[in-house]
Amino acid sequence: MNMNSAWVRTAIEYVQTALALTAVLVVWELACDFWNVPSWLLPAPSRIVAETWEIRSILPLHFAVTFSEVVGGFLIAIVTGVPIAILVVYSNLLRRIIYPVLLMLQSVPKVALAPLLLLWVGYGLLPNMAVAALVAFFPIVINTATGLESIDRELLDLTNSLESGKLKVFWKVRLPWSLPYLFSSLKVAITLSVIGAIVAEFIGADRGLGYLMLTSSGAMKTSVMFGILVLLSALGIACFYVVCAAERLFCPWYMAPVDTQAQG
Amino acid sequence: MLAIAEKSLRVNANQPLLRIEQVSKHFGKRAGGEVVALKSVTLDVERDQFVSLVGPSGCGKTTLMKLIGGLIPASDGKVWLDGQHVSRSSRTIGMVFQRAILLPWRSVLDNVLFPIEMLGWSTRDYRDEAMRLIELVGLRGFENARPNELSGGMQQRVSICRALVYDPQILLMDEPFGALDAMTREDLSMELLRIWTEKKKTIIFVTHSIPEAVLLSDRVVVMTARPGRVVEDVKIDLPRPRTMDTESLPQFSAYVSAIRKMISQKPKAAS
Repeated sequence: MNMNSAWVRTAIEYVQTALALTAVLVVWELACDFWNVPSWLLPAPSRIVAETWEIRSILPLHFAVTFSEVVGGFLIAIVTGVPIAILVVYSNLLRRIIYPVLLMLQSVPKVALAPLLLLWVGYGLLPNMAVAALVAFFPIVINTATGLESIDRELLDLTNSLESGKLKVFWKVRLPWSLPYLFSSLKVAITLSVIGAIVAEFIGADRGLGYLMLTSSGAMKTSVMFGILVLLSALGIACFYVVCAAERLFCPWYMAPVDTQAQG
Repeated sequence: MLAIAEKSLRVNANQPLLRIEQVSKHFGKRAGGEVVALKSVTLDVERDQFVSLVGPSGCGKTTLMKLIGGLIPASDGKVWLDGQHVSRSSRTIGMVFQRAILLPWRSVLDNVLFPIEMLGWSTRDYRDEAMRLIELVGLRGFENARPNELSGGMQQRVSICRALVYDPQILLMDEPFGALDAMTREDLSMELLRIWTEKKKTIIFVTHSIPEAVLLSDRVVVMTARPGRVVEDVKIDLPRPRTMDTESLPQFSAYVSAIRKMISQKPKAAS
């Protein structure tokens, strides 16, 4: 009974949200119609759908390009960011060398580096991935390093008293301990990766949703721009939820607060 | 105790299991100079004894524990364990802290087996022992539960199993019940006595609670702060086995108030 009513309440909440959104769309549609708003300024929802549908044959390619830039950049950021975080945590020398550079780079608006990168690496998939990776990289390094260092002092005492090798402590204790930190940074990173990929495509690309957006803007196809925006949001949200699902898969214990141990 | 005599005949007949000789520990220089955590501490612990360390915070109890565990080196003096000079950590020591610090991603059983893995031993060989320990602390049926499904008291029981699984000679317990509520604390104290009798371990137990120390121990070592020193070593001559009823004995209260006086009367070292 109780569970049932909770379920019903959730369902009602979803319906309310859906109704509200529908209402907004209807008002939008009617307003455009009523005041005769020119479609290059603000197209009606129906028109957005129709005109986006018209270019459906080219959309998959551009979507796939942007998607691979986002995912590629994200993966590059992980495979470079995590090892650097580990180096920074384990080596005092590297920490002294890398950390100041990281902090300096951190203060540079990364998307502003996109033109430079394009200059060096040229047009194409790879440089755009690089921009996405660059933007996604910093939260991963910093959070992972924090996570690796957040390990309980007494837990370290315990592993030391067992004369455990550093590598073993890393694999069996530190790394799993830092996973919740890593995943919270990945959720930020995937969102940033989408931004990075789009900005890179704005600056130099001949395909991708960002490129399509730019050309549609040039052609005053405002409704197509709106359609692409919707697609981009869907892309971002989908990626975000994939990361959330991975988090649940890899650190299921994190769902409940980790520090329950501290309570009496 | 007879058991003590027997066992010590076997190894190093005339030596206590743990000997701490004139041990001092200073910590890094700050503006004002060094912080002296321990000053010339001398202490012997016989095999299978239950010894408590009590004293105000900052008296170096935890530092002493770490020295015994070989986690930090002494600045001066020597620590001998079973006739051997303790220079670094050794697996003859099991540790229990105030917080259980279990690994949240591991089941109870895997948490208990954690030290075996870290020592590079075969967990299969120790599975049965781990299960016996889990049963001994009354957690049978919970071996596959995750730490966050357990109460604080249950978590601390798991951490006691974890400290015992590789059969260390000495159990170092640093305020193990400090984070628990009074009821759980009493339960666990009684359980610890039961484990101690069953497993024949030497236990060094740090606590803030004088009644707890008196109730559990063969000896209560009283320390003072700044610098950390041992000021008194009280032999507790109460009958065993002890139960919560032991607390109602007149000698019990006599011990408690005597020790309380020792702690409060000592002047704060010349400062």
